[in-house]
Amino acid sequence: MLLEQTLSKMKERFPDAIIDTSEFAGEQILHVKSQHILTVLTTLKADGYNFLADLTAIDNLTLGGYERFAVVYHLLCHQTAERLTVKAYVPEEKASLPSVESLWKTADWQEREVFDLFGIIFEGHPNLIRIMNPDDYEGHPLRKDYPRLGRKERDDFPVIERGIQKKKRPE
Amino acid sequence: MTRVTEKTLKTDRMILNFGPQHPSTHGTLRIIMELDGETVTKATPEIGYLHSGFEKLGEDLDFNQYITITDRMNYLSPLCNNVAYALAAEKLMELEVSKRTEYIRVLMCELSRIADHLLSVGMLAVDLGAMTAFLYGFRVREDIYDLFEIATGTRLTTSYTLVGGLMRDIPEGFDKAVLKVLDEVNEVANDIETLLNKNRIWHDRTKNIGIISKEDAISYGISGPMARAAGLDWDIRVNEPYSSYEEFDFDVTIALNGDVFDRYLVRMEEIRQSIRICRQSLEKMPSGDVIVDPGLGYSLPPKDEVYNSIEGLIYHFEVTMPNRGMVPPVGEAYMPTESPNGELGFYIVSDGKRTPYRVRTRPPSLINYSIFSKLIEGHMLSDAPAILGSINIIAGELDR
Repeated sequence: MLLEQTLSKMKERFPDAIIDTSEFAGEQILHVKSQHILTVLTTLKADGYNFLADLTAIDNLTLGGYERFAVVYHLLCHQTAERLTVKAYVPEEKASLPSVESLWKTADWQEREVFDLFGIIFEGHPNLIRIMNPDDYEGHPLRKDYPRLGRKERDDFPVIERGIQKKKRPE
Repeated sequence: MTRVTEKTLKTDRMILNFGPQHPSTHGTLRIIMELDGETVTKATPEIGYLHSGFEKLGEDLDFNQYITITDRMNYLSPLCNNVAYALAAEKLMELEVSKRTEYIRVLMCELSRIADHLLSVGMLAVDLGAMTAFLYGFRVREDIYDLFEIATGTRLTTSYTLVGGLMRDIPEGFDKAVLKVLDEVNEVANDIETLLNKNRIWHDRTKNIGIISKEDAISYGISGPMARAAGLDWDIRVNEPYSSYEEFDFDVTIALNGDVFDRYLVRMEEIRQSIRICRQSLEKMPSGDVIVDPGLGYSLPPKDEVYNSIEGLIYHFEVTMPNRGMVPPVGEAYMPTESPNGELGFYIVSDGKRTPYRVRTRPPSLINYSIFSKLIEGHMLSDAPAILGSINIIAGELDR
């Protein structure tokens, strides 16, 4: 019920923010322009989608999509047990979109994770630093152009010598 | 001589580094705490010490291979992860599994929920000095692990499910073994509750510690026993039933205070409800196959056929060779399930190739842990293990 109402209402209310809607495997997906994501999600939250179940991103490099990155929000309405997926498309050259940390505190760590692994900037995030990788790490591992075996980061670990020095073998 | 009073005593804030290797962190996590005396004024969790890039790895493994990786996420209840991932892949491919598969999956999920809760309560107790409760729980958990070994062949890295079914059927006589263990679990749950429920020290250490309000639970995305202890009446098994959970009769446990004690009570009651579900699933266990018809290229043929007939061998290669095997549709699916820690979801994006394009795990440990710095603020340092234990963080799932 809520889902159908919301989808038709959203299209009327934000004609220039919503790109498209689609359905797959019984899930409704709302495709949104990234600069409008905060207003769209604020409206959805007021409409009853009170729970942000998951926040993640997809690199559309070989998949194809409206833009290079898609930030995916899985919303849930506790009252009607309906879920809605919202996808915000972020271009490669300006990989940034507004943070939704002000709506849901859970977005704090999850946006940090997306920033760490995809390199997408969330504007207005209070503490956007890496969460999984160390701060001096270069690159964003979940991007499709990042090799699976890494960029030889393991080869440049500094060797710390401590304790008893091993004697060299006589040759 | 001047007497030292609170005014003349020079005090300063102290920074304490808790972890990454500390017995009560149960994994590698680090918390930087700012202390005023013994009171924690600020705590900053640092995670990522066990980051293993499972999601990147998933883009290179096919759907059945990735199930072995899911074992390593929440290693206290690996069967729940197996089932969650298989369900997500089946949702993506729109596969229907047999009724027997669904019932066995429910049985296995609930057994691992019991094992997870027993360990989580036990660890909470042992961190607060109650060794006996921990040992009682650990002994019967060992019996549950024996059951997993009978059914799946291994204790920890079970890899029991396949996309479209199960690796193998449960053996004959398994139901009797399960019923015997369930009786033991019931007794142990009684014992633990006798030890702790009216224990004065236990009450002092857990009541009014780390209180989560219902609003905070929703805002921080808390799910599972933690959210139910905060009064949020939400259980995915009931509200969005999957794998035939709607055919089972059980109660959702909620508590109202949201403190460590309530989380303990909710977990104990969930053990009892899980026992009920296990008994029902054994009673009503349907007969039939545990794998969808292997004519689709989705699942491996039985090993007898592979070793004893040329057709079976050819078919085995057809499934496993890099340019053959299952072809999922182009699309995406998010499947939420109720794991012992909360909402465990797998989000699979497929571009129609043999390997998924993107596999995302919605880790309940990570999201439940994000509220920690708010919970510990203003509490004593000795309450940190209590709160950590009640969140039940699994580092493998936290960092993935």
